[in-house]
Amino acid sequence: MAQVSITVNGKRRSADVEPRLLLVHFLREHLNLTGAHVGCDTSQCGACTVLLDGRSAKSCTIFAVQADGAEVTTIEGLADGDRLHPLQEGFWEEHGLQCGYCTPGMIMSAVNLLNDNPAPTEQDIRDGLDGNLCRCTGYQHIVNAVQHAAGRTREG
Amino acid sequence: MTSSPVLPKLVGQRVKRREDPRLIQGRGTYVDDVKIAGLQHLAFKRSDIAHGRILAIDTSAAEALDGVEAVFTGAQIAELLGPMPIGTPFPSPEHRAVAADIVRYVGEPVAVVVARDRYVARDAADAIAVDYEPLPAVVDPEEAMSGRPALLHADFPNNHAVGPLPAGTGVGGDGTVDDTAIDQAFADAEVVVSQRMVNHRLAPTSIEPRGVVAHYEPGKDTLTIWSSTQNPHILRTFIASLTGLGQDQVRAIAPEVGGGFGSKINIYGEEYVAAAVSKRLGLPVKWVEDRSEAFLTTIHGRDILAYVDLAARRDGTVLGLKLRLVADIGAYNMLLTAAIPTLTMTMASATYAIPAIRATLTEVFTNKTPTDAYRGAGRPEAIYFVERGMDMLARELGMDPAELRRRNFIRPDQFPYTTQTGAVYDSGDYDKVLDRALEKAGWEQLKAERDAAQAEGRLVGLGLSMYVEICGVGPSSGLPTGGWEHAQVTVERDGRISATTGASPHGQGNETTFAQMLADQFGVPFDHVTIRHGDTAVVKQGIGTFGSRSQAVGGAALHLAGGKVKAKMAKFAAALLEAHEADLVFENGRIAVAGAPAAAKSFAEVAAYAHRPIKLPAGLEPGLSDEAFFEPSNNTYPFGCHIALLEIDRDTGEPRLLRMVAVDDAGHLINPLIVEGQIHGGLAQGIGQALVEEVVYGADGQPLTGSFMDYAIPRASDFPRFELDNTVTPTPVNPLGAKGVGEAGTIGSTPCVVSAAVDALRGLGVKHIDMMLRPERLWRIIQGGQA
Repeated sequence: MAQVSITVNGKRRSADVEPRLLLVHFLREHLNLTGAHVGCDTSQCGACTVLLDGRSAKSCTIFAVQADGAEVTTIEGLADGDRLHPLQEGFWEEHGLQCGYCTPGMIMSAVNLLNDNPAPTEQDIRDGLDGNLCRCTGYQHIVNAVQHAAGRTREG
Repeated sequence: MTSSPVLPKLVGQRVKRREDPRLIQGRGTYVDDVKIAGLQHLAFKRSDIAHGRILAIDTSAAEALDGVEAVFTGAQIAELLGPMPIGTPFPSPEHRAVAADIVRYVGEPVAVVVARDRYVARDAADAIAVDYEPLPAVVDPEEAMSGRPALLHADFPNNHAVGPLPAGTGVGGDGTVDDTAIDQAFADAEVVVSQRMVNHRLAPTSIEPRGVVAHYEPGKDTLTIWSSTQNPHILRTFIASLTGLGQDQVRAIAPEVGGGFGSKINIYGEEYVAAAVSKRLGLPVKWVEDRSEAFLTTIHGRDILAYVDLAARRDGTVLGLKLRLVADIGAYNMLLTAAIPTLTMTMASATYAIPAIRATLTEVFTNKTPTDAYRGAGRPEAIYFVERGMDMLARELGMDPAELRRRNFIRPDQFPYTTQTGAVYDSGDYDKVLDRALEKAGWEQLKAERDAAQAEGRLVGLGLSMYVEICGVGPSSGLPTGGWEHAQVTVERDGRISATTGASPHGQGNETTFAQMLADQFGVPFDHVTIRHGDTAVVKQGIGTFGSRSQAVGGAALHLAGGKVKAKMAKFAAALLEAHEADLVFENGRIAVAGAPAAAKSFAEVAAYAHRPIKLPAGLEPGLSDEAFFEPSNNTYPFGCHIALLEIDRDTGEPRLLRMVAVDDAGHLINPLIVEGQIHGGLAQGIGQALVEEVVYGADGQPLTGSFMDYAIPRASDFPRFELDNTVTPTPVNPLGAKGVGEAGTIGSTPCVVSAAVDALRGLGVKHIDMMLRPERLWRIIQGGQA
């Protein structure tokens, strides 16, 4: 077993874990933060995406021990209290989700996208979300959602 | 008397989904999020060969691992569970949840481990050693029809699961076959187009894999089963039956379900095993599929090949269609497997008044994952074969593909129209939808642009497809589960409304659309309505969500139940207001006498009175709750026209979709925003089939597409912005006039993308290309190889 200490959504969390424990399972099983989902075993689908020290990362591809000392933000930590993050608002306004399973990861990737490029073109958004798979929406409303958020972010 | 706000009518409006706040904050509960004290985890040991006899199985190393609770081989599971039932009347070979003697596809379970966590369970499954005698595998369905090199099931000679089964003109209900009319059609033909086409195998690939939690409680003798399922009531029926429990002892819960696309209709071996093992051990157990398992063991879709012959006159009039179908259904019959390809025969007339049709279907066992319903389920195959045939005919005749289609349309005054293969189309206006699509796409200008691009040497092509499909899957005569849906509507004491629906959603947004309907029906605020679903302890009855039936069948049941409660509530209001119930209007949170708005009671006042009726109006029972079962008289048949513009890179063979226009007619729409989302998603899957998706097996039966590294589902950058429009042709078969829309996009898009690719290569003499349109295949054609 190995000791890890990870700051998750602003709170320091320590635990003894198996060295092979994936970060996504640490979040889901140890911390009961079940917003990050597992949709594949090969890092293609992006349903498990979280922010690791501010950058999007696929938490199924990282061992919890590799995140020792890091700061992790999950979908549960994105809203500011009752105030939704602009991307959460965008996904709601623009019907950017259907079954919702890919959505937490999609939103966290989009956070990273807008951090890097606050005024993306449609093609920038489509290319920027290529690491996240959605089987329900055909992506068009997701693109609209990110544009919605980008507009609000720029205004804000 | 206080004035109340004026409430907007919500049906037909783009209402934001009420499901979303929990899902965008990571607060939805999917099956893998369910935790119970003492929960154990299952892992399956699966066959790594396509066909073989189990000689020995050694579980000792697995049992010795710390944290392993139990290990069951197929033989041990067979003591707990009988063979898995199917839901169709076709003969079916024995299919065990865990194989005991012979394995017939890669991924078939041979043992199951129960352990304290999923890591230990996987370690233990890996520690099981199985000794097989390999048997020859057969993967090509036409080869399989010879019975060589492998016969999968002894009682099914030549690997024929079904058929050859004839349908269409001259085929009697008693199976007699008269070829006169179909032969005459081809004898009269001035032109015949013939082509072998493959509608290849796909993986449904919901992003949430399958999963199940089973919790048998010995002291109560009850089982609760959470499953990522499209139909918890059907799950309950089958689980109860196989575990020896009564349906009253089993509670099935579909929590948030992360997509299904047909694949989560089935009751799978893992679900039966979880239930049986939980019952045997008296412990709650969980199994969640990983993606590699999903590619091996969740049902696949499509995989039908067709020999298409289309007979016509030179003026474009279609005289006859022959469709010889071979469906590769894999190793076993699942719930609806055998019925799915029959829908391809049912829809063989597409949108055309074809006077003579002969379809013949053979379903074949091969050493592959079983097939079953995948979004569209039999209809995309029919439309693909007919629409590609029509496109080839247009080329042969030098006709505009839109005009050829128009010439053969079933006319609006011919509905209800009975096709030669027995479908009864409810309503349609195909000219209208075609005209709208041509206008939306700018068809004439697009043709000119394509011609100009081709003159420059660019490989640009234009494709058009009509479709009609089966939605609102309906009468009980056509569904072994029953073809109705159920709803219960309750006006609570405080005037708020609770309703339940048996249409258990997995992304369709029923909580929103159904609340829109009830808010309008009762004239109350949207926020005062709650829709519950997905739990057989809460939802008394139900069938489920498949065949685009939520709105057309489930919504209709809700509307009828709401009508019953509203009628009763009007009686209570009439007593309070000393008015006649027929004079009452429900609006803006009040029940008022028409023409006398001052004479009104608030909705909540009437609700309270109905729950404490002093005094009780004559002939009424207290309370405001009622239910309805809606059984439609027929399916619905929505339709549409899709147009694609595509360019192929001459140097790399890579196809690029430039435009995608979809005009669909699903009848009346409750929430156009949600409908758009359904169509977008359908288009993505239909285009995905044409361009990027294909399940591939090696000659030895080894799957070559076992992960997202090998099997592509479309990404955001694969698509242009979809251009949608719609027409409205209501259906007469339900009170809403709604037809259903879940599968539409998947059906029209595939043939029009392929036709666009063929059109792009017409200068090279290409007449047809089988999917998927992988760049290598297109590049070889461009380099002068064959299609």
